[in-house]
Amino acid sequence: LSKKLTFRGGIHPNHCKSLTEHLPTEALEAPPVAVIPLSQHIGAPAKPLVAKGDYVYVGQMIGEPAGKVSAAVHSSVAGTVLSVRPFAHPSGRLVNSVEIENDGTDETVDFEPVGQQWREAASGALVDKILECGIVGMGGAGFPDHTKLSPPASKPIDTLIINGAECEPYLTADDRIMVERMEDILTGVQILKKILNASAVYFGVEDNKKDAVNAVYDRVAGSRFNDISLAVLASKYPQGGEKTLITAITGRKVPSGGLPMDTGCVVQNVGTALAVFEAVVHGIPLYQRVLTVTGTDVLRPKNLLVRIGTPVRLILEACGTNLAAAKKVIMGGPMMGTALSDLDVPVIKTTSGLLALNLTTEAVRKYPCINCGLCVRVCPVKLVPSRMAKFVEKENFDEALSWNLMDCIECGSCTYMCPAKINLVQFFKLGKMKINAARAAAKKAG
Amino acid sequence: MADTEIKENAAQPAPANRPAPKAFEAPTLHLSSSPHIRAGVSVPKIMLLVIIALLPALAASVVLFGVQALVITAVCVLAAILTECIANLLLKRPQTIGDLSAVVTGILVAFNVSSSLPLWMAALGSVFAVGIAKMVFGGLGCNFINPALAGRAFLVASYPAPMTHFPPPLMGTVNGLPDGATLASLSDVTQAAAPLAEGVTAATQTVDSLAGGVTDTLSSIADTVSSAVSSVTEAVSAATSTAVSSGGAVVDAVSSATPLGAIKYAFANGSFNAIEYSQALLQLFLGDVGGCLGETSALALLVGGIFLIAARVIDIRIPLFYILTVFCLFWLNNGTASFFTPESFVAPTFHILAGGLFLGAFFMATDPVTSPITPNGRIIFGIGCGVLTFVIRKYGGYPEGVSFSILLMNLVVPLIDRCTRPAIYGEVKRG
Repeated sequence: LSKKLTFRGGIHPNHCKSLTEHLPTEALEAPPVAVIPLSQHIGAPAKPLVAKGDYVYVGQMIGEPAGKVSAAVHSSVAGTVLSVRPFAHPSGRLVNSVEIENDGTDETVDFEPVGQQWREAASGALVDKILECGIVGMGGAGFPDHTKLSPPASKPIDTLIINGAECEPYLTADDRIMVERMEDILTGVQILKKILNASAVYFGVEDNKKDAVNAVYDRVAGSRFNDISLAVLASKYPQGGEKTLITAITGRKVPSGGLPMDTGCVVQNVGTALAVFEAVVHGIPLYQRVLTVTGTDVLRPKNLLVRIGTPVRLILEACGTNLAAAKKVIMGGPMMGTALSDLDVPVIKTTSGLLALNLTTEAVRKYPCINCGLCVRVCPVKLVPSRMAKFVEKENFDEALSWNLMDCIECGSCTYMCPAKINLVQFFKLGKMKINAARAAAKKAG
Repeated sequence: MADTEIKENAAQPAPANRPAPKAFEAPTLHLSSSPHIRAGVSVPKIMLLVIIALLPALAASVVLFGVQALVITAVCVLAAILTECIANLLLKRPQTIGDLSAVVTGILVAFNVSSSLPLWMAALGSVFAVGIAKMVFGGLGCNFINPALAGRAFLVASYPAPMTHFPPPLMGTVNGLPDGATLASLSDVTQAAAPLAEGVTAATQTVDSLAGGVTDTLSSIADTVSSAVSSVTEAVSAATSTAVSSGGAVVDAVSSATPLGAIKYAFANGSFNAIEYSQALLQLFLGDVGGCLGETSALALLVGGIFLIAARVIDIRIPLFYILTVFCLFWLNNGTASFFTPESFVAPTFHILAGGLFLGAFFMATDPVTSPITPNGRIIFGIGCGVLTFVIRKYGGYPEGVSFSILLMNLVVPLIDRCTRPAIYGEVKRG
């Protein structure tokens, strides 16, 4: 275990992982009613394949991908479809969803695995299986995996990076699956390597996850997985960001406005690798996932295997959450997660955690910006956040663009550090939204 | 019995007044943009760290210039806070004195005046610094020049004589400055050990009696300084036109000029002697020379400055490049024939230790509001301050140029920031 890899900038928030890092994953029973959104990914929502009154089995495809950048959606319970209509979604919008009443039989469709013969299978067949099983990037972005695994011929891929950084405080779901299911993950990694025909594979893990590091270390030493290299990363946020991870491990830099594939790299989350394993070897589509339920107001924090479509409220109750005291319920990590306004929203494919925290964040700035430059110091993209925020605030978007507003990865490091407690990231999200809207309008007009 | 009662009272209300919440009653959920956690650092905490970093220099100023240093600092701080408070009331703005920036400004104004300055003048400096240089422009974060330096510039322009009248330090007469005796012996003034010892005894007996019977002792101490750096003192008396006016509460019999005045005069009339000046370096480092309240002890300022750098409150770039630039420019202009003899380093070392350079470099040029935010901008800012300081000290009408250099550089900060936007991660070079 040589020198720890890292990147420039970043912050060291309190990990808060001790609440759940040693708790084995438990399976939560399927909900009585599952609400499965047809959009759990970046891109076009899936086209519904079922209607009210239809009977569906566990793992049955209920929404098919609509277009190249889209993903299939599967039922997580067996039962009758109650409705297909817009439901509240974690994003805060209403999203067309399939509501299924669970009859408790938990009967599954017949899975059609590629099986252990995946080594002999064609790459195209493997990608088709991944497409069919609705795999998306499970680190949070939810980019359809088959798209990521089919780079254009003009962008040759030589490096596959597995993201086991899990740099968000509180979250331990990736940590747990790495400890509990490393063999399966590494097999998934080899499947991914075969699909991409990558020459180098790096498995990145932050050094604060000792058990996970050892799990990788022990296995890559053997002959079965010796084509995979362990990359021990310094524990620093946002180490698990795609750009920071690529730079830390390979030294390459994703060009401004470009994609990771421009550097010959593809980054896959450990959860995605596990889902790929399940899909290819067992033919099981993505209808459940491991997530961490934790926070100051959760009495029994847990790592849970949960069916997609389970309402957040049920999960929090199962962990004994003091919902009356919790001021904030966050889906995802505390740095980039979304504060929920409605606890009846379902868990989706990208839900890495649920936090119930007894804290609030001031909505307004508390002090004036004193130009201290802490935001500049911590920005992993080397932006000047305070300046960008001032320009967005004054609606001077041209100037904001000239200070590279669009390159912000919204990691929140600047806002975390800001001694004036200015909600910098909020300004950047707002600015990007307005600029994108203006660009779309200009495109429409011209 | 009373104890038990209190305990009972304390134990009861919490559960009784707050019934166990119903299991799943609808909570009020707070919504906000990510991130949902924040670091503990805040503007008042940063200001508090700066205040803590200024304490060694404050302690040194009390040791060197007596209790009057503390009185002036207190008056300046009080005036600064009151000015901000009243300005907010007049402008009907929310009260901002809690951010502690007025306290920092007050201390820095005090550090920039002589210990013999009348209190009302010192207070006026604070009023100008906070009222005109800061509040008029919108308060903290909106001022374009350093308030404390603006206050100093105002005082220098308005009351030039009292602002350049510096009583000599009490040198080792109060316990606290490390090794007062060592300092004396190192300074080759063993013959003066007796009055020094007297002075120590007298001063430790009572600080209040300083103005009375100890005056003689003080004179002898002043003599020891003179004998150690005789040529310095000679030059001093020639260089300072400032009258030995009365009004100094502590010392009214002797006056001393700043070492910078001395070296400037020595360079001007060709009487600079590297060996003689080298003997004053340790005194300069410890601050045992005439000058503004908080500027003389390079040691104390260095301790505070390193603390601020370690606490990540200030960026090392500004003080480092500032001091380095001054050092290099005076080294290239060192008054001796060679560049690589020990003597050639005397003048530059003298220049970085003397005057307000350490105070300015660590505590004023680093004022975040009035310095660049970009890393390269901070380097340019430091170098610019250094060049201007050299030019003023070498060619200007004043022996000291730190405050004006920083004020001038403050004015070009927006320009520096604009020209030094950092190359971002993965930036594609455009033709």
